[in-house]
Amino acid sequence: MNLSRRQFLKLTTSGIGATSLGALGFAPDRVLADVRNFKLASTTQTRNTCPYCSVSCGVIMYGLGDRSKNAHLKLVHIEGDPDHPVNRGTLCPKGASLIDFVNSPHRLKFPEYRAPGASEWQRVTWEWALDRIARLMKDDRDKNFVAKNAAGVTVNRWTTVGLLAASASSNETGYLTHKIFRSMGMTAMDNQARV
Amino acid sequence: MTNHWADIKNANVIVVMGGNPAEAHPCGFKWVTEAKAHNKARLIVIDPRFTRTAAVADQFVQIRPGTDIAFLGGVMNYLLSNDAIQHEYVKSYTNAAFIVRADFHFDDGLFSGYDEAGRKYDKSTWVYELGPDGYAKVDPTLQDPRCVYQLLKKHYSRYTPEVVSSITGARKEEFLEVCKTIASTAPADRTMTSLYALGWTQHTVGTQNIRAMAMIQLLLGNVGMAGGGVNALRGHSNIQGLTDVGVLSDLLPGYLTVPKEADKDVDTYLAARTLKPLRPGQMSYWQNYPKFFVSLQKAWWGGAATKDNQWAYEYLPKLDKVYDILTVFELMHQGKVNGYICQGFNILASAPHKAKNLEALSKLKFLVVIDPLVTETSTFWRNAGELNPVDPAKIETEVFRLPSGCFAEEDGSLTNSGRWLQWHYKGAEPPGDAKTDLEILGELFHRIRTLYAKEGGAFPDPMVKLAWPYAVASRPSAEELAREYNGWALADLPDPKDKTKIVVKRGDQLTTFGQLTDDGSTAAGCWIYTGSYTDKNNMARRETADPSGLGLTPSWAWSWPANRRVLYNGASCDPTGKPWDPRRALVKWNGEKWVGPDVPDFKVDQPPASESGMAPFIMNPEGVGRLFGADKLTDGPFPEHYEPFESPLAKNPLHERAVASTNPAARIFAGDKAALGTSEKFPYAATTYRLTEHFHFWTKHARIPAILQPEQFVEIGEALAKEKGIRDGERIRVRSNRGEIVAKAVVTKRIRPLTVAGRTIHTVGIPIHWGFEGLTKPGYLANTLTPAVGDANVQTPEFKAFTVNVEKLGVA
Ligand code: SF4
Repeated sequence: MNLSRRQFLKLTTSGIGATSLGALGFAPDRVLADVRNFKLASTTQTRNTCPYCSVSCGVIMYGLGDRSKNAHLKLVHIEGDPDHPVNRGTLCPKGASLIDFVNSPHRLKFPEYRAPGASEWQRVTWEWALDRIARLMKDDRDKNFVAKNAAGVTVNRWTTVGLLAASASSNETGYLTHKIFRSMGMTAMDNQARV
Repeated sequence: MTNHWADIKNANVIVVMGGNPAEAHPCGFKWVTEAKAHNKARLIVIDPRFTRTAAVADQFVQIRPGTDIAFLGGVMNYLLSNDAIQHEYVKSYTNAAFIVRADFHFDDGLFSGYDEAGRKYDKSTWVYELGPDGYAKVDPTLQDPRCVYQLLKKHYSRYTPEVVSSITGARKEEFLEVCKTIASTAPADRTMTSLYALGWTQHTVGTQNIRAMAMIQLLLGNVGMAGGGVNALRGHSNIQGLTDVGVLSDLLPGYLTVPKEADKDVDTYLAARTLKPLRPGQMSYWQNYPKFFVSLQKAWWGGAATKDNQWAYEYLPKLDKVYDILTVFELMHQGKVNGYICQGFNILASAPHKAKNLEALSKLKFLVVIDPLVTETSTFWRNAGELNPVDPAKIETEVFRLPSGCFAEEDGSLTNSGRWLQWHYKGAEPPGDAKTDLEILGELFHRIRTLYAKEGGAFPDPMVKLAWPYAVASRPSAEELAREYNGWALADLPDPKDKTKIVVKRGDQLTTFGQLTDDGSTAAGCWIYTGSYTDKNNMARRETADPSGLGLTPSWAWSWPANRRVLYNGASCDPTGKPWDPRRALVKWNGEKWVGPDVPDFKVDQPPASESGMAPFIMNPEGVGRLFGADKLTDGPFPEHYEPFESPLAKNPLHERAVASTNPAARIFAGDKAALGTSEKFPYAATTYRLTEHFHFWTKHARIPAILQPEQFVEIGEALAKEKGIRDGERIRVRSNRGEIVAKAVVTKRIRPLTVAGRTIHTVGIPIHWGFEGLTKPGYLANTLTPAVGDANVQTPEFKAFTVNVEKLGVA
């Protein structure tokens, strides 16, 4: 078969983001197949976007594991997406070392809690943490919600708990964040655009 | 950006000012290189430092931090006094001909209507003269002394090359050379692009910095053109998207706005935002505001938003003021904020004046940090010696740290600075027990909602009735949310021209925001994103074809609005609908409709020679671009040079009045004002910046970047080093009136002293990337030094221009 890399990927992904190319048993052409033999045959490729600066370079992430139910994918390599019309396969020093962010020893793995006055974290469960946060938020809202202002106008706002949203989270996360916290009447809501 | 990354290759002149893309946006910068190589483009860099962008420039000019408007005002003066403007464009596509009210004036640094006690303007005189028909008066000859063109000329006549040089420190000859190059793009077949980033926004005059360049681009006819525009490179990967979906105190999705107290009911609210045309026949696109708003309310509250309950208008809060970050930290510092949620945002390091932030966070009852990484915010209570001198025993704040997945572990879209929404896919599971952001949000909200359903409480309706059409209630999927912000039909939508035909069937996804209605028959969570997720996910498109050769790649991902790649592209044509430059035609009028390689930014079947004339700035009620900003900004219709709040000069050389030395409309809280330093104690200009090898405060947790730039440093020029007896590599102390840091000195040729107002001024460069957490050597957070005062319009802190002193420590 004599397909360009992009045509090949289009053919094999059929609109899904990733596939195990090796499993399909053929590759675009000999040369490409030889060069990429190990990476393509032994890994799963996924399309993604560099989350650092706003160039939003396209990247390909290589994971060990084949997406079968019980296999846990581990990313082993991230490189520039050669088809991407802006970065055309290149990455800057930050993007080129993305794998070290994903696999950083400083990634958080468990919910933790720091009690008043404490100088250490303690590990807690999700249930405990989320239950307690929900309780703290509701109690504060019930106590400090302003239904009407001094002039008697309905204002329905909650100003005593605030939120800062990430500038690297997805549009979907941002949208849901907004929908949820605005429904509580929250006014002290901002994101990194301000700074 | 009005344009997009690959479009930079079409430019003839590239001005980088207020940014350093070679280091901060390296892979986008390749399009500058492309323009130089294939389009013989000239690159001009204007910056307080000789950056890597400057290193490949055709001309570099060093200026003092915070003097951009002085420079750009001088450029305007040059263009106007040498008549180097695109006349037909200026006459037809800007408000140059509009007549301004007779009582508008500017005098010694102040515009009409200033209230010194309130530090704000009464803007009622900053408007056009209206005729008896209710439309703005114009003088197409541009001769009327009250027309915008004449006022503009007068305003900037003060910005002579000598004044520019004396304020900015740039040499007169180099300034004039820049002017000449910029002026070379006035002809219709030449364009200039402007690239800027936080170097323009992080000032008390940030918005006006950008406006000044936008005005230059209008004068030159460069807005709407391929290779033109005003292009915000932006700092973070999805800062554009988060702003688009409106996660800001005063915004709703799609640049709709949160009601204020004065908007007592939905009719008042809508009337104030449904902008009527200011000239005959104008499209004034915000006339459709009610359609966008009602569709948003239907997306959020579904059946609970009805005409009878004002589309659930009272489910939204009404603002008594804007709760921007500086305001919230002031309130927190006063003990008026009890809880705070930081979702992937390291605020201890990102808000100005770290010592104040620390005190403020210590007054919270609870802090919730959701992040993939350890952040200084989450451990603000940890004693890290000099780097974070706190006593945990005295900090009563309960802190929760919830581990979230990162980009690699989720599906979703990010919007780049070129407005492209690009879909990405999950490639691994989050580590350990970490959950994705959507899961954390879903589970938290599920709990709060359940508590309200069970116990009742303060006004539960908006939460209990929030539309929640997700298959798994505790875990909305990215695809479900994308479909929701795109929007769908709640009833069969008939063709407005032929009511017997159905354009969209009930339940189907909408394909354009033109289909939105204000009668409750459509739901769409973010109108500018309508079209991104139709019957298929257009954000995931990967066709690289570029038929026009202009880099539009129209089938790669999806660009808002309506997949348009260049905003205001109607302005790329002359008033008869012919492209100004056929070699870079984006759209044209073919006698029947608008066609072209880009999606026309104009009503597709409206001829250019209709009642309105060709008026391509359809979002403005006047239909044209604003050289005179009217009453849209808080600090004046024309940008004016004001000194930074901390300046090495005691006084603004342009104004005698003390109140007009700095931006008279910028807000500053009393405590923050008291924390400002004087030029006697802190004589050096300072500015913060990023390095190629690091991204903000994240990459210090990633091994390779931590190896590449392992240790904090500050950059000082050779002359200052000599004066202070500081050797390269020696540790020095840098102090502001708010705190001090100790770091290695990098002595460079990249920052030379400037002669400003007859004095020698040194500038100190402070890269931001270190902190008391990370794989790098521990360092000080750079905001230990920076002042808590923000832009007069949007409150972006003045990180780019403040003052410090520098001391030798004595020990190497
Ligand atoms: S690889 Fe570099 S240039 Fe590209 S998005 Fe990431 S940080 Fe930006």
